[in-house]
Amino acid sequence: MGQGAVNLGTVMEEPLDEGLRSELQRRGVWVTSMQELYNWGRKNSIWPLQFGLACCAIEMIATAASRYDLARFGGEVFRPSPRQADLMIVAGTVTKKMAPQIVRLYNQMPDPKYVIAMGACAISGGPFKQGYNVLKGIDRYIPVDVYIPGCPPRPEALLHAFMELQRKIDEQKLTGQDKAEFLKKETLSEYPVPAFGAHDLEPPANPRLFHPPAVERA
Amino acid sequence: MESLEEIKARIETSVPGAKIEVVPNPGPANQPSLLLDHEHAVAVARFLRDDPVMRLDFCSNVTGVDWLDRTVKKKVKVKKLVEGEEKEVEETQEEFFPGYLEAVYHLFSMAHKHGPLVVRLRTRDRARFTPLPSLTPVWRSAEFQEREIYDLYGIRFEAHPDLRRILMWDEFEDFPMRKDYREPDDYEYEPTPHDEVLEKAKQHYPARPTVDGAEEVTA
Repeated sequence: MGQGAVNLGTVMEEPLDEGLRSELQRRGVWVTSMQELYNWGRKNSIWPLQFGLACCAIEMIATAASRYDLARFGGEVFRPSPRQADLMIVAGTVTKKMAPQIVRLYNQMPDPKYVIAMGACAISGGPFKQGYNVLKGIDRYIPVDVYIPGCPPRPEALLHAFMELQRKIDEQKLTGQDKAEFLKKETLSEYPVPAFGAHDLEPPANPRLFHPPAVERA
Repeated sequence: MESLEEIKARIETSVPGAKIEVVPNPGPANQPSLLLDHEHAVAVARFLRDDPVMRLDFCSNVTGVDWLDRTVKKKVKVKKLVEGEEKEVEETQEEFFPGYLEAVYHLFSMAHKHGPLVVRLRTRDRARFTPLPSLTPVWRSAEFQEREIYDLYGIRFEAHPDLRRILMWDEFEDFPMRKDYREPDDYEYEPTPHDEVLEKAKQHYPARPTVDGAEEVTA
């Protein structure tokens, strides 16, 4: 996001009157704002990072293939390098041995970046939650935008998550107080990579990011 | 395939000094096995592989078993002098069996289409990295599975060509498949905890507020 683009955005800070816009459109004048144009472009060319961890990856592959056709939403360009990817689809079981590499891949992705946690394992550890070797949800280390439950979720569910993510991108503001997180200077785009400890990953979760739901007892 | 007793007898004539024990398995599986001693294990394995009758050229599976220390209570009738008279009195005696770890090999013959022959190796104790002879030099297919046993049970296979952890990371110090392993307590909220999970969950519940001197219940 260049400085010039942000300045252009500030010009259009006042939302365009819908009636005026449709009137203009009828006369053959197409009006838009920098923010709309920018978000329209971003949300329709989300390039996912090409990696799969378990059986959810098979559903992800099916989603990208011709029957479900992720290309309809502009997400078919799976990139083999994190430097070229906008979206990380965590598709499958994240073992504790794999977790540092996932966080490192996330750190290597350029901003703006998004994460879909796909399937029961990626969102919470799933059927392996009580085990010793599976991370209880990737949101312990990196921020997740869309969670998909399911074991594994069907391709339609992934498409739904993709559309939810598009909606989220579309609503992000480029300027003002409530502008998107990734545009704020103080926002970190990298998260600490956990280390292999003697009994568990260290730390077991990023305390700034992850807060387990508190049990309320009446 | 011959019976285990026949196999045992032939091993003992071919590998002098080998101590073989037939381990019965009285369960529904009824799959008895041969227990080998550490010293002659590799020689016996080589014999089983190369012997023209056995030709057990395929080691399909290697796995570990953890046996904890156990005491068995037995009622024994003992003759005792009670008030000047000799009487039979029932007494409970406790017998202590120290724990050990086991490596179990399932052997088949591709040449003769027979098997499985189950072969066991037992460690002396349940110490960290307690030793056993490696059978990887005899069956190459045992390499990764012996590494897995090393990783999850902590048995050190001597003469293994590449003994490293295979599933867990190198810095990991525990052996998760041992029965006394306790996983790290990274509990988080679950809507319907039960059994062991409930016990774990109770430790994380905040104390219930006491009303009118009600008993302090934590779950």
